[in-house]
Amino acid sequence: MSTLKRLIPVVLLRNGQVVQSKGFKRWQLLGNPSTIVSRLSNWTADELVYLDITREGAHDLRRDDLNFENRADVLSILEDVSRKCFMPLTFGGGVRTAEDVRARLARGADKVAINTAAVRMPGLVEACAREHGAQCVVVSIDARRDDTGGWQVFVDHGRTATGLDPAAWAREVESRGAGEILLTSIDEDGMARGYDRALIAHVVAAVKIPVVALGGVGEWAHLGAGLDAGASGVAAGNIFHYSENSVVHAARWLFENGYPVRRPALASLVTEGDL
Amino acid sequence: MAPTVALIDLDAGNVRSVSNALTHLGVEHVHARAPQDLEGATHIILPGVGAYAAFMERLSTRGFVEALARATRENGAAFLGICVGLQVLGSRGLEFGETRGLDWVPGDCVRLDAAAASGLAVPHMGWSSVALQRPDPLFDGLDDHATFYFVHSYHLRPADPGAVLATVDYGERVTAAIGIGRVWAVQFHPEKSQHAGLRLLRNFMRVGA
Repeated sequence: MSTLKRLIPVVLLRNGQVVQSKGFKRWQLLGNPSTIVSRLSNWTADELVYLDITREGAHDLRRDDLNFENRADVLSILEDVSRKCFMPLTFGGGVRTAEDVRARLARGADKVAINTAAVRMPGLVEACAREHGAQCVVVSIDARRDDTGGWQVFVDHGRTATGLDPAAWAREVESRGAGEILLTSIDEDGMARGYDRALIAHVVAAVKIPVVALGGVGEWAHLGAGLDAGASGVAAGNIFHYSENSVVHAARWLFENGYPVRRPALASLVTEGDL
Repeated sequence: MAPTVALIDLDAGNVRSVSNALTHLGVEHVHARAPQDLEGATHIILPGVGAYAAFMERLSTRGFVEALARATRENGAAFLGICVGLQVLGSRGLEFGETRGLDWVPGDCVRLDAAAASGLAVPHMGWSSVALQRPDPLFDGLDDHATFYFVHSYHLRPADPGAVLATVDYGERVTAAIGIGRVWAVQFHPEKSQHAGLRLLRNFMRVGA
C-alpha cells in the first residue's frame, strides 16, 4: 500500500518575519516566526515547509548588509523550529550552493528545497542527491500560465521567465536525483480560488517522484481537489493563519471525506506538550 | 528512579532530531560517542540513517559492537534501534555487497524488491500505518493502526517471525518494529512521527525503568 497523502502547512519568511503572499507580489506581515510556529506545529500536520522569500540583490550596500543579517537570522529560525518540529521539515529559499544545502541540513532541516539555483546550475541537484540522498532534495518549481494554454517556469521569486515547461523541468530534475517536487502556481498564489489543477496533473503525469501542490487554497475542499489532481501532498500557507487549530480542521475535512490521510489527532492531544 | 539514557552519537544523521524529541519529553540523556559513555546506562538508543556498511563501520571502529552487546546482555540495559539502527541488528546487510551486522536478530536486510516490483516508490518515504503483531509496552496507548513516518529502501527479514512486533504493508509485509526481551527496534522515525512517535519514545523510557 502506498504511503498516505500529506497535509503540509507552509510558512513564508520575508526579512525574518512570517508573511502572507499574493501573486508573488504583495506581502502582508503576520508576525514573529517563533509564536506562529507553535500553532502550526501541532500533531495533525504531516510535514512543515518553511520558505524564505527574502529578496536578494538590493542595490545599496546597507540593504545588502541587512540581507546578510536576515540570512543569518533565517538559519537561527530554522534551528528554533527544528527543536519543536517532530515531523519532516523542508526548508527552502536562499539556496545557491552545496554548502547552503549542508548548512540547512545541519541546522535541522530534513529536506532542502532548491528553486532558482537548480535552473542556473542543474548539477547542484545531482551533487546534493549524491551527497545527502534523494530524499533530502526537493526541487521547488514556480509556474505561471502562458498565453498558449501551457505554463512556464519562473525563477527569482517569479520575476524571471526561463522558457522551461514545468513538466519537462520536473522530469529533468527527477533524472538528476530530486526526491520530490514542490509545485507552486504563481497565478493562484493568494487568490483562494483553488489550486491550478491542470498544472498539477500536467506535472504529476511527467514524473514518478511525489509532487506537492501549493498556491490557491481558499477552502478545505480545494485540498481534496489537489489530491484528486494527483498530488501526493497538499500544501497551503495563508489559509492556515486565519484561525486556531486550522490544520486540525483541514486534516479532519480530508479524513472525513475519505481521502487516504493520517487519522487526525484527537483535539485533546493537539495542545502543545500534552502527551 | 529516572532512567539513565545514552543516545549513541556517531556524528551522522538524525541524532539531533532524536535528541530534540527526548528533550521535549523531558528526558535527560548523554550523547554517547565512545563505549565508556554507555556505562551505567539503563536505556540506550541507536539512531541511524544512511548506508548500512558505513554505519556498521563507524559502530565497529568506535568499539560499540562489543560495548553494546555487553551493556544489553550483561548490564540489562533496554535498547531501542531506529531505522538503520534496526537494520544492523540482523546478521547481514545486502546493500552494496554484503556487510556483517550485529547478529542479535538472525536474518538479512534486503532491498524493498516486492514494493518496486508492484510499482511502489523505493525509497518507501512517507506516512504509513503499522499493524501490531502482538501487544507490547512499546506501543502502549497507540492504536493497532498508528501511523509513523518511514524513509528506507531496505528492510530486515528476521529468520524468526516471532521477533517481529509490527509490520507495514509496502509491497509485502515489511518489518516495522522488532521486540526481543529488552531489545526493541523500529524501522520508522519516531522522532519525526508526531504524537505517535513521541508516545512510543516515552513508552520506551518507561519499559524496565
